Order: sequence, then C-alpha cells, then structure tokens
Amino acid sequence: MTTLIEVPEAEPGLVAPKSKSKSGGGLGKYIVIRFFLIIPTVFILVTLVFFLMRVIGDPITAAQGGRLPPDVLAQRIHDAGYDRPVLVQYFEYLGQLITGNFGTTITDRRPVVEVLTTFGAATLELSINALIVALAVGIPCGLIAAQHRDKVSDALLRFFAILCYATPVFFSGLLLKLTFSVWLGWFPVAGRSSTRTELTMGSLSAPSGIYWLDALRSGNMTALGDVAAHAVLPAVALGLLTAGVFLRLVRTNVIGTLGKDYVEAGRSRGVSEFRLVTKHAYKPALIPIITVMGLQIALMLGGAILTETTFEWKGLGYQLVQYLNARDFVAVQGIVVLLAIIVAVTNFIVDIIAALIDPRVRY
Amino acid sequence: MSSEAVIRTKQPLSSRLPVVSHLKKSVGLQRGMLVVGVVLSGLFLLTSIFAPLLAPYGYSQLSDASGSFPTQQAPGAQHLLGTTVGGYDVLSRVLWGSQTAVTVIVVSVTMSLFLGVALGLLSGYFGGWLDRILVVVADAIYAFPTLLLAIVISIVISKGQSSFWGGIFSCAFSITVVFVPQYFRVIRAETIRLKAEPFVESAKVLGASSMRIIGRHIFKNATRTLPLMFTLNASEAILTLAGLGFLGFGIEPTSAAEWGFDLNKALADTSSGIWWTGLFPGIAIVLTVLGLTLVGESINDLNDPRIRGRKRAGGTTKSPRRASGTPTTTAEAGK
Repeated sequence: MTTLIEVPEAEPGLVAPKSKSKSGGGLGKYIVIRFFLIIPTVFILVTLVFFLMRVIGDPITAAQGGRLPPDVLAQRIHDAGYDRPVLVQYFEYLGQLITGNFGTTITDRRPVVEVLTTFGAATLELSINALIVALAVGIPCGLIAAQHRDKVSDALLRFFAILCYATPVFFSGLLLKLTFSVWLGWFPVAGRSSTRTELTMGSLSAPSGIYWLDALRSGNMTALGDVAAHAVLPAVALGLLTAGVFLRLVRTNVIGTLGKDYVEAGRSRGVSEFRLVTKHAYKPALIPIITVMGLQIALMLGGAILTETTFEWKGLGYQLVQYLNARDFVAVQGIVVLLAIIVAVTNFIVDIIAALIDPRVRY
Repeated sequence: MSSEAVIRTKQPLSSRLPVVSHLKKSVGLQRGMLVVGVVLSGLFLLTSIFAPLLAPYGYSQLSDASGSFPTQQAPGAQHLLGTTVGGYDVLSRVLWGSQTAVTVIVVSVTMSLFLGVALGLLSGYFGGWLDRILVVVADAIYAFPTLLLAIVISIVISKGQSSFWGGIFSCAFSITVVFVPQYFRVIRAETIRLKAEPFVESAKVLGASSMRIIGRHIFKNATRTLPLMFTLNASEAILTLAGLGFLGFGIEPTSAAEWGFDLNKALADTSSGIWWTGLFPGIAIVLTVLGLTLVGESINDLNDPRIRGRKRAGGTTKSPRRASGTPTTTAEAGK
C-alpha cells in the first residue's frame, strides 16, 4: 500500500545522468544500466529475508518442533545442514538461487519453483483481471473529473477515489460477497471455478492454469461462463483499490495538460471541450500512469494476498498464507524471494516502456 | 521559504500549528474536506481515549451477570451491534479496537520518524559510501510489497501471535521497517537541496560544526513535509495493521480488540448471511482511514500555494479555464 501522494524528491546519483550524446545510444545505455540495478535490489532483499528468517532459528524446528522426539529432530537438522554456521548456509543459499533452486518446502516436500508454476497462473489471472477493472474504472472517471473540475461531479469522484483507498480490499471483498453472492445470488461466493468446470478443464492436454484460456480451449461455454462468474468479484475488489489511484492520476495530469498552450490554441480554434479532453490532453497524461503502474504491481501483489484469502482464490498469496500458518518458513522464504524478483523485473520492464514512450526519461 | 518563515514566527502560536493554520487558509470544498477529516480523526482519537467508558462490555468479555452471551446474535437491545461467532460483543470490540489502532500508529510512526529523519539527515548531509548503501537498501525495501515485508518482520518478532504489547510492538516494528525508507527518501532529498543553500554555506564559513548545521539549519527546514507524511502514514499503518490481523498475524482476541482480526473471523459468517460481524469493524477502518487521509490530502493541497484556492476567488465557483495565466488556478489541484 503505497502513499497516495508522491512527495517530490530528487534522486541524484545511482543512474549516471550524463549520457546525452545521441538518443539511440542513450536508450541502450539506459536499458543496460537499469538492468544491472535489478541485481543489487534483489540481492539486498534476499539477504534481508534470509537473515530475518534465521533470527527465529532453523526452519525444521519451527515447522516440526513439538511433534518429533529431540534426537530425530537433531538428525533432521543435521541432514538439512542447518547446524552449520549461518554464513556458510547463506552463501550456499545464494549459490542455489543462482542455479534457480529456491528450496524445497518442509510440509509437502515440493520444490518452491513448482509451487510458483502451479499457483502463479492464478495470481497472474487475478492481477490482470483487476488491472482491467482498474483501468476501465479509473481512466474514464479521471477524464470526467478533469473535465468537470471543481464541480459537484468532480468532488464526488475525488471522494470516491479516497474511499477506494480507505477501504481495505478484504472489507470491500466481504461487502461484495454479502451483497452479490449471499443476498442477490448473482455470483459464486468463493473459489476460481466450480468442480464440474475444473473436471472439464482437467481433461485438457496441457492446461495453462489460466482458467480463461483453459475454458476457451475446452470450447465449453458453460465452463467459460462459470469461470467468468467466479472472476468478477475478486477482480472488482482488487481493481477498485487501484482504480482510485488511476482516477487521481488521470485527473491531475489531464488538468495539467489542459492548461498547456497547445490546448488553449485548440480551444481558440473552436475545438470542443470533449474533443480537447479525449484527443489533445489525454495522451500526454498517460505517460505518468505507465510509470505508476510499475509501483502498483507491488501494491497489487500485497492486495492479491488479501484478495485471494478473502475469496479462497488458490493462487500464490493464498498458498503463502497456508505455508505461514503451517510454519513452513522455507516455503515462505522461497515465495517471498521469488516475488521480490518478479517485482524487480516488472519495475524494470515498466521503466523501459516509459523510456520508449517518453524520451525525457532517458536522461 | 525563508522569508515566509520569518513572517510566520511573528504570528501567535495557535495559528502556526499545522492543522489550525491550514484551516484558516482554506476555503470552500477544500475547507469542507479538511473539516470532515478533522472531525473523523477527532472522533477516532476520542473513542480510543474513552473506549473503557463508551464500550458496554470488555473486548474479551464473554458473559455478564445474566449469563454467557449468545453467539452470532443479530443486533438487538442487549447487544446493539450483535455478537460474534465466539460470543464477543461487536460494539465493544469495535470501540476497543480504536485503542489498539491508536497505540500502533503512535508507536510505529514515532519510531519511523526518528529513524527515518536521522538516517535521511546524515545520509543526505555527508553523502559518500554510506549514502549510496542506504539509498540502494531503501530503494530495495521501498519497491517490495509492504504487506509481505510486514508479514516477515511480524514472524521474526512474535512468531505469529502474542500478548497485547508483544502484538502491538511486532505490528508497529513491521510498519516501521516499511516506513523508514519513505521518511529517509524525503528527508534525504530535502537535505541535499538545503546543503547547497547560502545559509548553510555561511554557517560553514563561520565555523559551525556539522552537527550544529544539521541540527539547527537543515533539520528545521527539511521537516516541513512531516505533518503531511504523518497523517498519510498513520492511515497506512491502520491498513497494514488490519491486513496483518486479517491474515492472522495480529493480536490475539483475548489480548486486545483488533479490527482486521475480527474481519477475518467474520469472513466465514458471510456465507450464512451474517453481516453484522464484518460490517462494523470494516466501517470503523474505512472511517478512520478516510478521516486521516482527508486531513493529509488537505494539508498537501494547502501547503502548495499554486493549488490553494484564494479566499476572494471563492475557490469552488471560479472557472479555472479563463485565468490560465495566474498562478493560483492553472496549477493542478489535489494530486
């Protein structure tokens, strides 16, 4: 949950701002420098998480401490190598990470990478659905608010944006569930699909795990409808959280561009207000949204954990909470580190997209 | 900035306090937002202070003189907002919950203020390798999902659940770790800007020590954004606390009332149509966060002279399109 307001800041240092020579080379250099910045970010987070998780002792005692006799426990700890010095374990862990080995869970003995591939698709699907809701609600509302600046509709929309931020996703989820599934009965209460649909999709040769695609491939329209019905409420709950941020951002930037000279010039030539907003002021205002979208992905992952728990949406977040409750800290550590890498890489991609669209970003 | 500060010191203290001075500057819609925010935040504070008097029962009370409380009872005369599946009185837990929330806000924001401001000042003023390392670490933490980090810290501190103060501190520490980078970034950026100002230069020439320059000249000028950050972080702290509680990493119901935890328990009730266990703690969260956010937003708008509506203009009624030349109206309102 990031703050609503970006406090102005200067960021000297880090990326060398002295590559003004030629635009083409500038971009290439920017991409390379930006790419190498991923490494320290991930490294710091891995180190932080590793040592934090070791402060509480070894993972085997945490997971199975009360249930095993002391000698068996000690043997298991020895077998797993948790009785060696922490620094040795740390470097071994780093070495494993480089080869793509994120550890094996203690409770159900699965490689963490497998957990990710099994449940990651569900989280991805939820995030995309939510992003669609956020964009579909946030951008038009922001345009309307900007066009009717300081009028009643603007005030109401701004209030709506703050309300979106102030409502925790599990509370909006709970309200949506109560209203639309329990009282009105329009949507199912929880889960990603009904058992029958899952059976239909289970017969596919190589299911992608993204239910939209799987249902489409199975060609079964009831299955598709079922998947869609299950997807609506979680997407709305998570999407509204971000919609508020988009609304404010679009409003701010469109108002900013509406005051520019070229818009004034268009107005003096008799271009209608509607056209000014939708044609002239809209596009330049989209650039900051792409930048913020990167930050929103971290926010969405946090929100996804809560949304998945609320709707029993069996994704990474839901699974993470299961492992947390089972005190399987190897699994937790693996998932957290994986998510850190995902966040770092997405931020990188978003920065590159922003640089491609807006040359000023490239320094 | 500096001339403004000189004028301000001549005004009485009452009108220099953050929120009071903002209230005087505001007009129209902006004033409305600020007033609503102040009222909601005030109510929240008062509730937390007087929770023992306001709440009909204790937060972990399961019975009174007439016997044990019924479970999952709909709102009625004896239990105004009903009872939960465990037999707790919903109204009492909602009221007591404000106390937990205030404690967590105070502890976490104070800790992150001290740490973040101190690190930001040192890092920004001295620069060098310390600065580089701190910036990279802060950026790494900043980019990471808040809630995940809070979960990890909370496991480390309390291994999940604990007593009232244990729970409060583990939540507050988790929130602190998340917030320190934010304070750090802002204060560091301000410090770097101020370091180049002539008054710092002249203090150096006069032979003032680094500590004196940081403490006297930079600190006071760098902290003007803090009231704003305080309110915004307070609302974030509540959301994080509730998120932790919702995932079961909060405070046990016998130690204190916590809204997120209650919402977690209410989740199972929804499928049988029981709405009162979830609705009221949720509303409490929304109203509190709403109040604090409105105050923060208004302060942000009013701090910026380009955004602030002027009194004679009447703020809300004036058309911004006509006067694109004047600095009052062209600039954008409310980020």
